Amino acid sequence: MKKSLPMFREPEASGGCGGGSCDSDGHEDHDEGRRDFLRMAAGAAAVGVAATATGCGGEKPDYEELLQKHYRVMTDDEKKRVFARLEAKTKALTGVTVHISDPQPLEGVHYAYALNLSHCNGNRRCVEACARENNLPNDPEMRYIRVIELDNGSQHLEKGTVHYAPEKVPQKGKFYLPVQCHQCDNPPCVRACPTKATWKEPDGIVVVDYNWCIGCRYCQAACPYHARRFNWVAPSIEPDRVNPNQGYLSNRIRPVGVVEKCTFCLHRTRNGRYPACYEVCPTGARKFGNLADPQSEVRKIVENKRVWILKEELGTEPRFFYFYG
Amino acid sequence: MKQLIIYFLRMGLCAIKGSRTYYVWMATLLIFIVMGGLEWAHDIREGLVVTNMSDHVSWGIGIANFVYFVGVAAGAAVLVVPAYLFHREDIKELVLLGEMLAVVAVSMCLLFIMTDVGRPDRLWHLTPGIGFLNIPSSLLSWDVIVFTGYLLMNLWIPGYLLFARYRGKKPTAMAYLPFVFLSMIWAVTIHTVTAFLLSGLGSRPFWNTPILAPRFLISAGASAPALLILLFTVIKRFTKLDVKQSVFDYFLYVLKIAMPINLFLVGCEVFQEFYTGSLHSASAYYLYFGLHGHSMLPKFIWTALTFNITATIIFLVPQLRRIPKLMYTACGLTVVGIWTEKGMGLVFPGFVPNPLGEIEEYAPNAGEIILCVGIVALGAFLYTAMAKITIAIQTGELRMKGSEPEAPAPEPAE
Repeated sequence: MKKSLPMFREPEASGGCGGGSCDSDGHEDHDEGRRDFLRMAAGAAAVGVAATATGCGGEKPDYEELLQKHYRVMTDDEKKRVFARLEAKTKALTGVTVHISDPQPLEGVHYAYALNLSHCNGNRRCVEACARENNLPNDPEMRYIRVIELDNGSQHLEKGTVHYAPEKVPQKGKFYLPVQCHQCDNPPCVRACPTKATWKEPDGIVVVDYNWCIGCRYCQAACPYHARRFNWVAPSIEPDRVNPNQGYLSNRIRPVGVVEKCTFCLHRTRNGRYPACYEVCPTGARKFGNLADPQSEVRKIVENKRVWILKEELGTEPRFFYFYG
Repeated sequence: MKQLIIYFLRMGLCAIKGSRTYYVWMATLLIFIVMGGLEWAHDIREGLVVTNMSDHVSWGIGIANFVYFVGVAAGAAVLVVPAYLFHREDIKELVLLGEMLAVVAVSMCLLFIMTDVGRPDRLWHLTPGIGFLNIPSSLLSWDVIVFTGYLLMNLWIPGYLLFARYRGKKPTAMAYLPFVFLSMIWAVTIHTVTAFLLSGLGSRPFWNTPILAPRFLISAGASAPALLILLFTVIKRFTKLDVKQSVFDYFLYVLKIAMPINLFLVGCEVFQEFYTGSLHSASAYYLYFGLHGHSMLPKFIWTALTFNITATIIFLVPQLRRIPKLMYTACGLTVVGIWTEKGMGLVFPGFVPNPLGEIEEYAPNAGEIILCVGIVALGAFLYTAMAKITIAIQTGELRMKGSEPEAPAPEPAE
């Protein structure tokens, strides 16, 4: 378990495991190779395959990538070529063979999340499972889910902390508020984007075309839930942490200089599976499903429990509900 | 066509030739430009991790400068409006220099954005037709449109007028006057859109206030004349162009109005934030007093306020503003004060605390400052060269061979 969530590390900071951003699983921090993907591949030489990838001239400007069209105007053939290119790139970067798929939204499905705050005990398994599932880097550490520890009796967020690190959770007198992308029905981030690089899919998921985003970070300023993350460095991920089951609009390895976010694991959920955070939660606090289906668990919760949403006054209409039950 | 090429070549030559002081000045600027350029290359190579920005404070000193220089660009209207609406002849002689300032300031703004985005290689995505411009939803898209328009207008108007003067021809009113009037409205637009860009965000209560657009305009009206007084004093000192005292009096007149209104608007905001005392005032507390032990900004904002108040007093009291040294000091204080108040004092606290109540402070690091200084130096470099050419053409030094200066510029005192 991570003890703290520093989102950002000084570039001058030395390698190794300072600053709480080290992976407690015991991975070494390849300091030199951190930002240069070719040397990164060489640095992870324990994986022999990687070494062969270093010679392939990845330093040449990639015109195909530079001129790539917006996801929504690409033909299926063009998409196929792009996916193949990205798979090869990931192979060169990590030495891992990955498959990039593009599951489409399902008819009549509108995803929603409900979170039972009575059950959540702040164990943060969801944070880590999400990181693993979505290929989130450890250096600098990036996490989609933030769990805020608050004192009972107040929801004053400034008084809470995400840097709690007790021996055991839950702590007496505290409660825990996990926050991730709320997949708003009226998303301010989508409105903000100057290039239409982020949009809301028919099933309610707000996605980003990482190859179209210009990295202006206006969406980050616009998001009232601090749900968006920027890639401050070139991707670096330990080969054994790579999840090879990747979606173009979700968990594929993101390039430097673009914004990304939680997608309710659409590469899983559109194939009938639950999001990683749901599956790992040991307390049963997380409920996920199709809001359009009257029989679904989330629908029943939204209809029968006294649910609430964060910052309702902003009119963002989140599809992420909280309740006590 | 051939004429035009020769014209450009001669303008180039004019910019290259100069006195010793000119060379020293330009060379100094060039050093800063190169340093800034190297820093940008560093950003691109390593990623924006080399800055002090983070997911918490995702915009930093670059955007702060952007916001300030939008004001400078819009401030050109301070010259354009009296020159064309009130037919002030003394100002009309200088209006081209004001429009040049707009060109340079807008270019700097665009550079501040270009160097701040994560993927400058993808900026073509903003081109309608081959990319997508998110109109009408995204205020940033609107900013792209109004900036491009303002830049083109301010390139065209002085460009056209200077070429006419170079050839000794009388400019056709229809070829530029419509753009002049459009540019007056446009000056307000670029600043309003930029204010809306921030004030339209419900996620940031500190910016989410209707006072932002008027505050932007008024502070532009305060900082632009102060900057222009300093600029024209330098121009008067180093070139043959005469700047009449009446022009400086006019700037002081604008300052006497704009500075107190600016303070008044700041006061309105301060009242609302602190009297209401809701949790939405956290950013204002952070800015003025610090929040939960984080107090990077208060020293800056109080300094800025002191500067602005001192300058206002100097501008308002005749006995004080008539002392040139004090008057120039007040102009300097205004420029620095408004820059601090409107740049870092507005952009940084918007991100602190973040929407989930976490407090991560931001202060730019050396690299970010070098990059900004580089862009400012580039602006100064361009402006110096452009002003030199403009003045040479206006004073008749640079004109087409064989052409007579139709209405010789009022001969400057040799």
